[in-house]
Amino acid sequence: MDAVLTSIAIVIGVLIVVLVIAAGLIWIERRFLALWQDRYGPNRAGPFGMFQVMADVVKILTKEDWIPPFADKPVFVIAPAVIVVTVLLSFAVIPFAPGIEVADLNIGLLFVLAMSSLGVYSVALAGWASNNKYSLLGGLRAAAQMLGYEVFMGMSLMGVVILAGSFSLREIVEAQRNIWFCIPQFPGLLLFLIAGFAEARRIPFDIPEAESELVAGFHTEYSGMKFGMFFVGEYLGIVLISALIAALFFGGWSGPVLPPLLWFLIKTGFFIMLFILARATFPRPRYDQLVSFGWKVMLPLALLNLVVTGGIVLAVGQ
Amino acid sequence: MLRLIGALWVMFTHSIRRRVTILYPEKQPYLPPRWRGRIILSRDPGGEERCVACYLCAAACPVDCIALQATENEAGRRYPEFFRINFSRCIFCGFCEEACPTYAIQLTPDFEMCEYERHNLVYEKEDLLIDGPGKYPDYDFYRVAGIPIKGKDTGEGEDENPPVDVRVLVP
Repeated sequence: MDAVLTSIAIVIGVLIVVLVIAAGLIWIERRFLALWQDRYGPNRAGPFGMFQVMADVVKILTKEDWIPPFADKPVFVIAPAVIVVTVLLSFAVIPFAPGIEVADLNIGLLFVLAMSSLGVYSVALAGWASNNKYSLLGGLRAAAQMLGYEVFMGMSLMGVVILAGSFSLREIVEAQRNIWFCIPQFPGLLLFLIAGFAEARRIPFDIPEAESELVAGFHTEYSGMKFGMFFVGEYLGIVLISALIAALFFGGWSGPVLPPLLWFLIKTGFFIMLFILARATFPRPRYDQLVSFGWKVMLPLALLNLVVTGGIVLAVGQ
Repeated sequence: MLRLIGALWVMFTHSIRRRVTILYPEKQPYLPPRWRGRIILSRDPGGEERCVACYLCAAACPVDCIALQATENEAGRRYPEFFRINFSRCIFCGFCEEACPTYAIQLTPDFEMCEYERHNLVYEKEDLLIDGPGKYPDYDFYRVAGIPIKGKDTGEGEDENPPVDVRVLVP
């Protein structure tokens, strides 16, 4: 009975914490983006503008929930939910600290990759269902982008899997007791970082959205909380990729003095900040540039990394 | 690759840069004295309305936002019965101020005129008229113009000579 209660508590706790962080990121991103661009950002509502999140939530929940008459209604409604659901499902296998984990799947990493691949359906379907040329272009770009990065994203993680000898994220974290995988798997880290930006559809790879070219890309026709779902999904994606980087390459919860959970949050927060810093810095490439970069540069590098890692592990193991 | 990281670093150094935003309501911007802002109607040093209701401002206004009606008091001074400026139309070009022969209409360094309701942007004479002389403290139109009004006949103003009757031959 206790075990059931604990696991339910963990599920609810993870859900709440992750959603609160994702909502808080609205404020954090706007403040830090402003800091790095020599502005102030939201600073009116509450101390340091912190209540901006609440104002945004109230606004977005009370907005008219408009479905365009020309849209494909069922798909139009389902699409925003898909992205949130897939990203939240991925959090089920993230080990936040010893014992604080929703499910210790032995195929954890594969599960995350599968869910992230499903997530792109949301964007592609939203673009299709909106029945709007900009949305459709955004959806097409999302699909093309997915073909570009998804392959080397999986490949870049295989080095970690070889070193840890497991797909379970908990075992991967525990395998980094002696040395964090960011050192032996540095190429893998860079590859995954770039793939992560594309996966989270963030600048520099926010190509499906591309405000300056496609109005708002796949969510041009969305308003109210449906748009909010895409928004939350994007921030959840950032948190997920940051948590994955922390768990796969930076020893997850391990660290001196501070409690494990705090270490995990610190590491995750660092990479969230990196996402925001990158948004403040980089321009957006064309999507054919991303696709050819993915296939011609990143995929060979990922394969090379995989072969070299495999060879070394084989040589050392014997 | 290194250049990308360098770009990230440059952006990061902006954490300690001074922010360029001016926090407006707390920190008011400097407005030069000739700023073309909210329009006022001024009074002469004697406290009388300067406006003589000549319609020149209304004629000069490129967006037709000024409406007035001339009338005359018992002393013979012309003044506007009503004077109305629709600030939702006004483009603050300052042509009215240039056209005004009596320095009555003036633009002031003030732009905080927001209203929640559009019709509140229509200013009537009591909203426009101020108690002071505005930018020209000593100017009094009726004292320098050769127009006769009650208490001052033609030629009795400052820098004026009495009128000469050209049909009279005596020196």
